[in-house]
Amino acid sequence: MAESKRPEGEREYWLDRSANVTKVFWAVVGVCALLGLLDFFYHKHAELGFDGSFGFHGWYGFVCCVFLVLAAKELRKLLKRDEDYYDR
Amino acid sequence: MIASLPPGLLLIVAALAIPFLPDVLRRAWTVVVPAAGLWALIVLEPGSYLAFAWFGAEFVPVRVDKLSLIFGYIFHIAAIISAIYALHVRDTVQHVAGMMYAGSGIGAVFAGDLVTLFVYWEAMAITSVFLIWARGGETAYRSGMRYLIVQIASGVLLLSGAILQAEQTGSIAFDKMALGNLATWLILLAFGIKCAFPFLHNWLQDAYPEATVTGTVFLSAFTTKAAVYALARGFPGTEMLIYVGAAMTAFPIFYAVIENDLRRVLAYSLNNQLGFMVVGVGIGTPMALNGAAGHAFAHILYKALLFMSMGAVLYRVGTIKGSELGGLYKSMPFTTVFCIVGAASISAFPLFSGFIAKALTLSAVAYEGYVVVWLILMFASAGVFHHSGIKIPYFAFFAHDSGKRCKEAPLNMLAAMGIAAFLCIALGVWSPALYSILPYEVDYEPYTPTHVIGQLQLLMFSALAFAVLIRYRIYPPELKSTNLDFDWLYRKGIPALIASVWPVLWAAWQGFLGALQGGLRTGIGAIVRLTGPEGTLARTWPLGSTTLWVAVLLGGFLLIYYL
Repeated sequence: MAESKRPEGEREYWLDRSANVTKVFWAVVGVCALLGLLDFFYHKHAELGFDGSFGFHGWYGFVCCVFLVLAAKELRKLLKRDEDYYDR
Repeated sequence: MIASLPPGLLLIVAALAIPFLPDVLRRAWTVVVPAAGLWALIVLEPGSYLAFAWFGAEFVPVRVDKLSLIFGYIFHIAAIISAIYALHVRDTVQHVAGMMYAGSGIGAVFAGDLVTLFVYWEAMAITSVFLIWARGGETAYRSGMRYLIVQIASGVLLLSGAILQAEQTGSIAFDKMALGNLATWLILLAFGIKCAFPFLHNWLQDAYPEATVTGTVFLSAFTTKAAVYALARGFPGTEMLIYVGAAMTAFPIFYAVIENDLRRVLAYSLNNQLGFMVVGVGIGTPMALNGAAGHAFAHILYKALLFMSMGAVLYRVGTIKGSELGGLYKSMPFTTVFCIVGAASISAFPLFSGFIAKALTLSAVAYEGYVVVWLILMFASAGVFHHSGIKIPYFAFFAHDSGKRCKEAPLNMLAAMGIAAFLCIALGVWSPALYSILPYEVDYEPYTPTHVIGQLQLLMFSALAFAVLIRYRIYPPELKSTNLDFDWLYRKGIPALIASVWPVLWAAWQGFLGALQGGLRTGIGAIVRLTGPEGTLARTWPLGSTTLWVAVLLGGFLLIYYL
């Protein structure tokens, strides 16, 4: 990640401090944990069966996104060209 | 008077007045006319209008039912919002093109026969291309030209299919068709091009990001959704569409992750959203068709909102490349909030419009037992959140501070974004507003614990994946780049092939011509030798040799006779 180019002397926003960004990260982790635990407390009306298993939507979403990004990263090796590729 | 004009035609006719109006009046005109059109539509009774027979064919220029109405409503709303967003623009061409384009789209969804549909279909192509060309410059010109060629080709296929259909069935009515003959395949192909089916899709990602700031907002609403309507009208329950749609939801999101031009990211995500609608059409049950139509309605609003927020960034900063943006929430706080509302809606967060619309399609897929398709759609849902929901706002407004400082978007842009954002939330909070105008009766409750918690888990764990990948620097950075897609074939591949094969072909042709010339020369020489002034056949033969030959012939004759 490139460094911040905030002009000198401008007021500092809450998100400018990296400690606060870390707080956001752990907040997301906390929300996920909470949502996972919620699965113990209600009866699921699964439409397909397996989608009612514990935490299915959570782990499926996580795995899908990691796969998506890693696959796209590999695809970049194959597909990436210079910005003016079509203008040459 | 307004009500007696066919829906859509009002906008097309009214657009002709724009060049002659003074500036202030023109601004009012571009907003009031679509609003009047919407009102006329609300009071219009369902039925067929203005039907006439011509050359033995039954034309139905206006057919009003619940399926055409929901698209008609949202097209008018999109026209109003886009017009407000474009109020500051002084280029008359864009205003005329925008209103005519909206009118053509509206006309298309009320067309009751294939020929009327064709007329509006081509009108959409011709009017919309000016929104791309208005950007100016070589890139926009060439991109617009490619766009126009593809769009016109779709129209030609539609007309060919319609003529064949009329030949075989004796009717040009635009109703449900069964795939099976050349006519219906041609029509499906025409719809498929405008709906950006896989391998027919690149005109969308090519052209939309090259249009003007305001033009892209218009473009995002009409063409592709008119195609979704046409599929829902003509080919509901065509099983092939389920798989085509599933493919459409999945493959564009890989491109969206690595694309740097944020308006192009949105174009890929638009393609993915169309996939959900196509799956709904393919399933074809009332619930699935409701899902497709409802999704189109909600989608037009949040996609326009996202394109508007990125347009505002492009307008103020002068670039929309993720690699050069970041930290803009400090300069454009309102645009940031509106963008996040659009992002939450497209990601189908509970209480936002995408949630109540997409849930219908997902449940319909599950009820019909398409497990693999359902898993693909869930993957695509997580992916949508990833690239449209997080990537777009993150790289434009947050990420690292790019040091860029600019003014907040103009007031009219903020107003347009505000209206769209309000509607996105209103539909999400109060689902009956959307469910009551769906084509079929709705018996569905989106806000059950299973749906809400399941969806929240899917989204938050996707967010977690993003957060982890960013935090541990695994996420691919935004890079200045062009990513090859299928359009490489006609932008580089075929031209390169022609360039490399052409010298060989040319040499072969030259060789052939040379050989032909040589052959002719030899042939003519032989003829000249035989029959020319000095030729064998032109000689005057002496009497003696003639007598000899006659004697030989007679001798031969005698010999054969006695044998």
